[in-house]
Amino acid sequence: MSAVIENHHDDHHHGPAKGLTRWLYTTNHKDIGTLYLWFSFAMFLIGGAMALVIRAELFQPGMQIVEPEFYNQMITLHGLIMIFGGVMPAFVGLANWLVPMMIGAPDMALPRMNNLSFWILPFAFFILLSSLFMEGGAPNFGWTFYAPLSTTYAPPSVTFFIFSVHIMGASSIMGAINVVVTIMNMRAPGVTLMKMPLFVWSWLITAYLLIAVMPVLAGAVTMMLMDIHFGTSFFNAAGGGDPVLFQHIFWFFGHPEVYIMILPAFGIVSHIIETFSRKQLFGYSSMVWAMLSIAILSFVVWAHHMFTVGLPLAAELFFMWATMLIAVPTGVKVFNWVATMFKGSLTFETPMLFAIAFVVLFTIGGLSGLMLAIVPADFQYHDTYFVVAHFHYVLVPGAIFSIMAAVYYWIPKWSGNMYDERLGKLHFWLSFIGVNVTFFPQHFIGLAGMPRRYPDYALQFADWNMVSSVGAFLFGVSQILFLFIVVKTVMGGKKATDQVWEGARGLEWTVASPAPYHTFTTPPKVD
Amino acid sequence: MNPEAKKTLRRLVIAVPLMFAFGFALVPLYNVFCEVTGINGKVFQSDNAEKLVIEDGRPLGLQFISTNNENMPWTFRPSEDVMTISTGKYYTATFYVKNTTNKTMTAQAVPSVAPSNAAAHLKKLECFCFEQQELKPGEDALLPVRLLVSDELPENIENIILSYTIFDVTEYDDEAVAQHMHEEHHEMEH
Repeated sequence: MSAVIENHHDDHHHGPAKGLTRWLYTTNHKDIGTLYLWFSFAMFLIGGAMALVIRAELFQPGMQIVEPEFYNQMITLHGLIMIFGGVMPAFVGLANWLVPMMIGAPDMALPRMNNLSFWILPFAFFILLSSLFMEGGAPNFGWTFYAPLSTTYAPPSVTFFIFSVHIMGASSIMGAINVVVTIMNMRAPGVTLMKMPLFVWSWLITAYLLIAVMPVLAGAVTMMLMDIHFGTSFFNAAGGGDPVLFQHIFWFFGHPEVYIMILPAFGIVSHIIETFSRKQLFGYSSMVWAMLSIAILSFVVWAHHMFTVGLPLAAELFFMWATMLIAVPTGVKVFNWVATMFKGSLTFETPMLFAIAFVVLFTIGGLSGLMLAIVPADFQYHDTYFVVAHFHYVLVPGAIFSIMAAVYYWIPKWSGNMYDERLGKLHFWLSFIGVNVTFFPQHFIGLAGMPRRYPDYALQFADWNMVSSVGAFLFGVSQILFLFIVVKTVMGGKKATDQVWEGARGLEWTVASPAPYHTFTTPPKVD
Repeated sequence: MNPEAKKTLRRLVIAVPLMFAFGFALVPLYNVFCEVTGINGKVFQSDNAEKLVIEDGRPLGLQFISTNNENMPWTFRPSEDVMTISTGKYYTATFYVKNTTNKTMTAQAVPSVAPSNAAAHLKKLECFCFEQQELKPGEDALLPVRLLVSDELPENIENIILSYTIFDVTEYDDEAVAQHMHEEHHEMEH
């Protein structure tokens, strides 16, 4: 896509309002994007602190730091906060900042709903976190909240958990609707669907997934609520219900959800690799089709999370093959990224380092996913640390690395300042080493049979657990450096040019740095 | 907002409650799917199993397992742990049950069959699991189940396990539970 660079002299100098109400009342996509990103950073640090409580307890065998009950609350909240508070809002924040600028739109289509969808989020997480201080403690049934653990045996705070999930769901749905309406209706003339930047494509597909499955999640927690308080028996066998049904409904939401957390990452990484390879992306249209196929397949693989519940053989085989089929479009994407780098004029600025690490480490996570897709193998791996290693490889050096890459890549455009490249590279290497030291050994202890979700373990797992905990603290501490780098960049630094990166393409690089409060009030010309 | 955008918005806003309803629709869909395919190990009442009666059936082991759910304090066990039966013949097995508490309680037994692909071939003419049992303090009873295993049972199955889990349903709305159980039993009548 090529764009004619225009100078945007806004005739009406309408800047942001002053003070706190600017953020409270704002309907500006850039402000709301910033709010989402800071919120997700805060949640990332809170969820990360919980992860460190977990790893501190697992540093040695035996119980040393926390009670088992509190440990269960930590693993539950860690999962919920990182998924719903960390990764998802970060992607929505990036969508807010970037989608309008990438398609040449002046703002999101529904600015007031945009404000609402952000501002209900802090309440959701306030409710969820406040359950830590309630009688009986916070939810302790794992982030998958399987019934009857989350119904019959749940602490009283489960009702607050249900309400907070409802609010998070409402926020996600509103955000997704906003993204779809914006992309479908507000593209500048000339930006056809197959000319859209891949981040926009990835978010269009993600938004449809969100609209399809977040209401199902809301339905699942509503059924829990009714079982707990209104005497229904959706998941209670005594009343004719079925706990396995809960797992089917949950994973019908849950599997598309994991693609919700990775598709935008695919978009981000495509942009960054393209820029720092100084080449056009290899296989644009196959990238789009790959994302579409992954999204469609995500609806027919949910039971691979449930191979051990006693599915009939035919179902086990169907879900096994369907799951393995996803490796094909994913493989296409990895191939295209590598082919884009092939014979490119590569430079290794921090965003590129994170993007390359994403390609390598996400592929490792994908391969362990393929191992888990094999039914007989999964009978052994199910609920072991191998599964923990697998999904942390796709989420931490997958989704989260892509978010960090995006922040380094676009922060010069957002703030007008270049980040400190030396500190950025230091942050990358500390994170890269930390994440691998943390999660790679978990493959070994998982294959050796260590079950997940326990606060204690048998002695033979002690060495690798200690290594894993050391890595976790390294990774955790290096995120303080990330916070420092971001704050330092926002406060000042070398001024960024409008294009920022030599190889950068796309409409967002045609506006000034920092991006003016209002961009593309008149649509840009795109060939 | 232009009319096109309004149209997109309207479609998406309609999609949300539809998907919410779809979540709830999964509940009956799941039950119907399990009944049609017989994969949930559930056994259903069958009134017209007479045509399945044959003289020269093959021998088969039938094991019984009883489980008490959660804090259900009753004594609950099969009179015989194992029976050797023939396909195509009627048998009656009994379970002993006793209310060991000092209050009147209501129980509901929920059956399950393993292997699950045997469930469709295990026909029950009558079963205590079709209704609830109310026992006074200290009262006991022998609960019968009358069944037949169809000769169409897959060849490789030589043993069937019929297990019952007994639930305390004293505090449940009797009618709702009974209604649910009733529907489940009669949907599969041939």
